[in-house]
Amino acid sequence: MSAAIYSLADVLRDPRIWRGRAAQEAVVATHATGHALLDAVLPGGGWPKSALSEVLIDADGIGELSLVLPTVAALTARERGDAVLVAPPYVPNPAALARRGVTLARLHIVDATPVDALWAAEQCLRSGACGIVLCWPQRANDRALRRLQVACETGSCVGIAFRPATAAANPSPAAVRVHLALRGDTVTASVLKCRGANPPGRPVVLDRRVAH
Amino acid sequence: MLWACILLPHLALDEIRRQRENYDEAAPFALVTGPAQRLQIFDANAAGQRAGVLPGQALAAARAIAGDFAHANYNADTEESLRRLLAAWAYGYSSMVSLREPGTLLVEIGASLTLFGPWPTFERRLRDDLSQLGISHHIVVATTPLAACALAHAHDGIAAISDAACRRAVAQLPLRALTPLGDVTVDALSSMGMTTVGQILALPRAPLARRFGPAVVDYLDRLGGIAPDPVELYQPPDRFAAHMEFDHEIETSTALLFPLRRLLGDLGAFLLGRDGGVLQFELVMEHDGRAATRLVVGMQEPQRDPASLFDIAKLRLQASTVAAPVRTLRVVANDLPPFVPASHDLFDARAGAGGSINWAQLAGRLRARLGESNLYSLEPTADPRPERSWRRVPRIDQRAELVVSPEPRPTWLFERPIPFHGTPRRILAGPERIESGWWDDGDVRFDFYVIETSVGQIAWAFRPAGATDGPWLLRGLFA
Repeated sequence: MSAAIYSLADVLRDPRIWRGRAAQEAVVATHATGHALLDAVLPGGGWPKSALSEVLIDADGIGELSLVLPTVAALTARERGDAVLVAPPYVPNPAALARRGVTLARLHIVDATPVDALWAAEQCLRSGACGIVLCWPQRANDRALRRLQVACETGSCVGIAFRPATAAANPSPAAVRVHLALRGDTVTASVLKCRGANPPGRPVVLDRRVAH
Repeated sequence: MLWACILLPHLALDEIRRQRENYDEAAPFALVTGPAQRLQIFDANAAGQRAGVLPGQALAAARAIAGDFAHANYNADTEESLRRLLAAWAYGYSSMVSLREPGTLLVEIGASLTLFGPWPTFERRLRDDLSQLGISHHIVVATTPLAACALAHAHDGIAAISDAACRRAVAQLPLRALTPLGDVTVDALSSMGMTTVGQILALPRAPLARRFGPAVVDYLDRLGGIAPDPVELYQPPDRFAAHMEFDHEIETSTALLFPLRRLLGDLGAFLLGRDGGVLQFELVMEHDGRAATRLVVGMQEPQRDPASLFDIAKLRLQASTVAAPVRTLRVVANDLPPFVPASHDLFDARAGAGGSINWAQLAGRLRARLGESNLYSLEPTADPRPERSWRRVPRIDQRAELVVSPEPRPTWLFERPIPFHGTPRRILAGPERIESGWWDDGDVRFDFYVIETSVGQIAWAFRPAGATDGPWLLRGLFA
């Protein structure tokens, strides 16, 4: 045997060695989600800046807005950080959103039929004029989602698509997929997929507050 | 002062070329004028002139020479309105633009040279713009307006920027360059043995005035810069209206796109000239035998870039149905506020991204396709009643003070209450009595609770005031 002494770092740099976790931190530009535990498990520490993220929910209103509002609040505080909600299922209450720090002047809502909603979401994502686009695609097949994903890259915009949890079984071009579920009294977020790293095994418990 | 004369030798023909999508440069084409029995050639394109079709010929004679060729009637009104549009364009380069001399634009450039660079650069800009608008032209610079016009008829691209150079250039002009004097005078002068303008300018004025009248002397003095020559200046109008008529009825909206692009290109040139933008314009489509279709195209902020105007108008056109085939397309813009260019941050990474647009352009695009009312912002109101605690507004002023109630309010609101079947898992907060609206027919008296539904959602629910049991109605979700 050779008596040469190898440092561990040198050995690990060998391309033939595959490590379970991504060896180097993926260089993904992100926006913090505002949830410390979730940021810790997402590669780059937040929502990818120029990619589509998917939030899969068991039922409407279990905390999907609380999940994204910190990001919306942070982005709408800036120039060119307009947020667009494309065809939300209910009325986003301006009073509650303002209380969470969202700048209402930079929050825009689009009402549209399912087909127009996909068009509108793509336009907003692609334009480069928006900081974040939230959409609730109704008839989103793989092709439609891929279009949205490409539009996110073109416009370097955070795109978040909310879909029912039943869609979790189907593959998706989204860079990040988070499944929101109710477990007893708590809401958990499990990362099903995140580009640039292996998804963490354990779901993250989200803070659930009403009165603020 | 330095006057640039932009001579527009084939303006009517240019107008036809701009209007027709399938105009073929290689096919002979002529404009005719005069009574139907004695049609005369007014102007012919290059291919026509090569084939022997010359202005002034009778149509029948031209047919005999060149065979059958396409022709259209000359329309002096459309020619003149195109000239006015070009004046609006030229107004962007100089505040002194005149339409006094027929078939030309007179532009004072002396004061604009500092801004638009030395004359060759400035000239290239003018020529580029005109070529883009599809206008054939001659450009000549001289120190008096009349000299510039006389030179433009004979030359293209010369610049006589000193009085001496200007006098020399004019003196060499042949007699027939003095068209404003009239053929009779010019013929009389040439029968006197004169051949160039210089010879006439050298004649003593008094006998000339006795023989030809004071108007001729006055003209020659103004031409040579001896007498002052004030020109009436063009003032751009406060509204824009342009139209295109079609030979045949247009039945598809795709076929309307070409004329639409042309008209909006003209609108863009007009807006650039008066340094304005457009906030709203109207597309009027006229049909045979029924009322015109009017489409209003609105913008979030004043715009003037022809490409984005076309983009928005195209979406508006595609989103609407036009009831009948279209005969005439008209663009009318009355609302022309000052244009404030969007400022970009030098270090903004996004500004450099290809194809990126600003929010105003995006909003215009969305409104054009989805309808004015389907893009909005939400504003909280001071009213405690859930259905009136918010309202849709086209936009919110960023400096506006917003009222926000201190009570817990759900992030999702239902437009209408939804009945809740089953019993809540628990009641988290409440009751909060909301009692209001006895004065405006929106009387409500309810107790609101924060409950956890059987699924686990946290909901905002209510019951009639004072009720301790009975059905719940949901008003929102704490999502």
